[in-house]
Amino acid sequence: MSIKRRTFLQGTMAGSVIGVAASAGLLSPRTVLAAWPQAAFDSENVAGAMKGLFSSETAADGDITIKAPDIAENGAVVPITVTSGIKGIETMALIVEKNPRPLAASFDMSPTTEGYVSTRVKMGKTSKLIAVVKAGGKLYSASKEVKVTIGGCGG
Amino acid sequence: MGLTRREFMQMMAVAAAAGVDLSTSSASAADQLYTLPSFGNVSLLHFTDCHAQLLPIYFREPNINLGVHGMAGKVPHLVGDAFMKKFNIKPGSLEAHAFTYLDFENAARKYGKVGGFAHLRTLVKKIREQRKASLLLDGGDTWQGSATSLWTNAQDMVDACKLLGVDVMTGHWEFTFGAERVQEVISKDFKDSINFVAQNVIDAEWGEGVFDPYVIKELNGVPVAIIGQAFPYTPIANPRHMVEKWSFGIRDDRMQEMVNKARDEGAKVVVVLSHNGMDVDLKMASRVRGVDAILGGHTHDAVPVPVEVSNAGGKTLVINSGSNGKFLSVLDLEVKGSKIAGYKFNQLPVFSNLLPADKEMQDYIDNVRKPHLVKLNEKLAVAEDTLYRRGNFNGTFDQLICDAMLEVKGAEIAFSPGFRWGVSVLPGDDITFEHVMTQTAITYATSTLNELQGDYIKTVLEDVADNLFNSDPYYQQGGDMVRVGGLKYEIDPAQPIGKRISNMTLNGKAIDAKKKYKVAGWASVQQIPEGTPIWDVVAEYLRNKKSVKIKELNVPKIKGLEKNAGYQAL
Repeated sequence: MSIKRRTFLQGTMAGSVIGVAASAGLLSPRTVLAAWPQAAFDSENVAGAMKGLFSSETAADGDITIKAPDIAENGAVVPITVTSGIKGIETMALIVEKNPRPLAASFDMSPTTEGYVSTRVKMGKTSKLIAVVKAGGKLYSASKEVKVTIGGCGG
Repeated sequence: MGLTRREFMQMMAVAAAAGVDLSTSSASAADQLYTLPSFGNVSLLHFTDCHAQLLPIYFREPNINLGVHGMAGKVPHLVGDAFMKKFNIKPGSLEAHAFTYLDFENAARKYGKVGGFAHLRTLVKKIREQRKASLLLDGGDTWQGSATSLWTNAQDMVDACKLLGVDVMTGHWEFTFGAERVQEVISKDFKDSINFVAQNVIDAEWGEGVFDPYVIKELNGVPVAIIGQAFPYTPIANPRHMVEKWSFGIRDDRMQEMVNKARDEGAKVVVVLSHNGMDVDLKMASRVRGVDAILGGHTHDAVPVPVEVSNAGGKTLVINSGSNGKFLSVLDLEVKGSKIAGYKFNQLPVFSNLLPADKEMQDYIDNVRKPHLVKLNEKLAVAEDTLYRRGNFNGTFDQLICDAMLEVKGAEIAFSPGFRWGVSVLPGDDITFEHVMTQTAITYATSTLNELQGDYIKTVLEDVADNLFNSDPYYQQGGDMVRVGGLKYEIDPAQPIGKRISNMTLNGKAIDAKKKYKVAGWASVQQIPEGTPIWDVVAEYLRNKKSVKIKELNVPKIKGLEKNAGYQAL
């Protein structure tokens, strides 16, 4: 239950969290929000996730910083922090390009909230991590590669 | 001086090759080599990756150390003739032998062994006596690599470092003794003697620093900050379960914070004691501002001249100091106000025949070894070739380990990790159990036999190759290429992951992606049941053979890099 509590705390910091707990299998999506973007989370590609969530497949470069390890220490729990200086953020979403279902999390924020979310996602293999920010009806994104490796042989 | 005739002859040879005046006595010849007049007001002595070699050893430098993409043809990816040319080293000289593999056997016989803590202590004392104020920095990989360090749970090295006079250290293989052991040594043995620093190790749950990120020491009235950078990929390259509560990583944002903090606290000189590996050091130096020098290790590169890297804050010197106790770097800084007005750098090869053993250290080492001598000195077989490991692909000692696994474990294919440590044995010399331990002494040495499918074997090779040849050093995880027995393949290092490995064959037949093969290995990073350690597999093989010749060194066909400065054909 402590994880649920942590997720709740993150949610209160960042706005309302809907994706993380759901993708971690902790909460049934529908219990969180009525407006659950089912199609976006079910999509098996980035374009589908983007369309389902934002009704658009493209986003401009923006003031977004992704902090994540270059190489994951444990693909099952990759710590990720996204910060953005963009004003009036409505939504921040996290997409793991090569995951079977790429959309990992989407945070609905109140416009006065600082652009900051920190969470952990599961990554099956090396992938581009994409952060998408919706603000003032416009979409912005940034990406970073996180490598997932078999390990060993170092030294 | 108690020199044997052989030692005396070797000393003469060393002196002659180094251009030292031999009309004076041999003792003063050594003096000339190791006399470094002081310069400036702050001196930093650095050694790294000694891999627990308390006694002098042979260590052959690589003939394959490829640099690809932006690293092609650049330091440290130069071997043999290219290295000699870059640093203007005279062929046949003592430096040529210290820094390159060229003419290794002859030169090794001529100049003798390198390193050894008793000889290193003599040199450290000598250099420190010539300076008013200095620090001795140890870059880590100090506790692991020998039988005695494994059998004493690293205690032999912990006490040897205290006796040597180490002031500050950081780590990598130290962590393979487990988080608890590391903390025990730091809190008890190192209390009031050695500062263990690492800014990039944080609690995995709470994000708080585990170790002191840095320490500030005053030298000649100048506050000097030493920031630690442990090996960033320890939980990936080595078993994560040994440090499961800690998270590592490069963390150059936190590094920048620490540099700023140390400067705010009054540090006039800021250096990083790093176990990044040189390519990562070079990239970090280009990104982090306000670091005067990075003194690094991990990739075992000995580089006689610092690389000056420009960044937004000015310039950072990047220094890497080799391995196995073979080199002592001396960085002398002239600090005026808050500026470094000048520096002098010397990377001194530690030739044990030219440096009398320090008695106190020698007695200590003899004492540590005494209970284990029978086991250590067991002669297993005679080497018919030079045995070595270091290089991007199979060395002859790896080949021997792979051959042993194939035979003893009854495997079709053998995998041995691409470690960089492990001493060399000269042809005609006995291979002792201690030699085998210098290649295998780790805390997770169980040998394994698994059935792996062809396509998975390809995945493994691609994965390890990307950890070595990724175009971005921050994505390089660590060791050299996995060593292979039985299996043959071709590699194109400049390609991206998934496209480097091709033409995999076993006994002339193409590997079948869907077929299962019997694969022997060791050093699994997973938690596996304990079984026969690899050193027993190798020892058994050697005892049966009595004399060992390496029939074929299984180096893959390397594509596209025939003219790379990091490659020289034997």
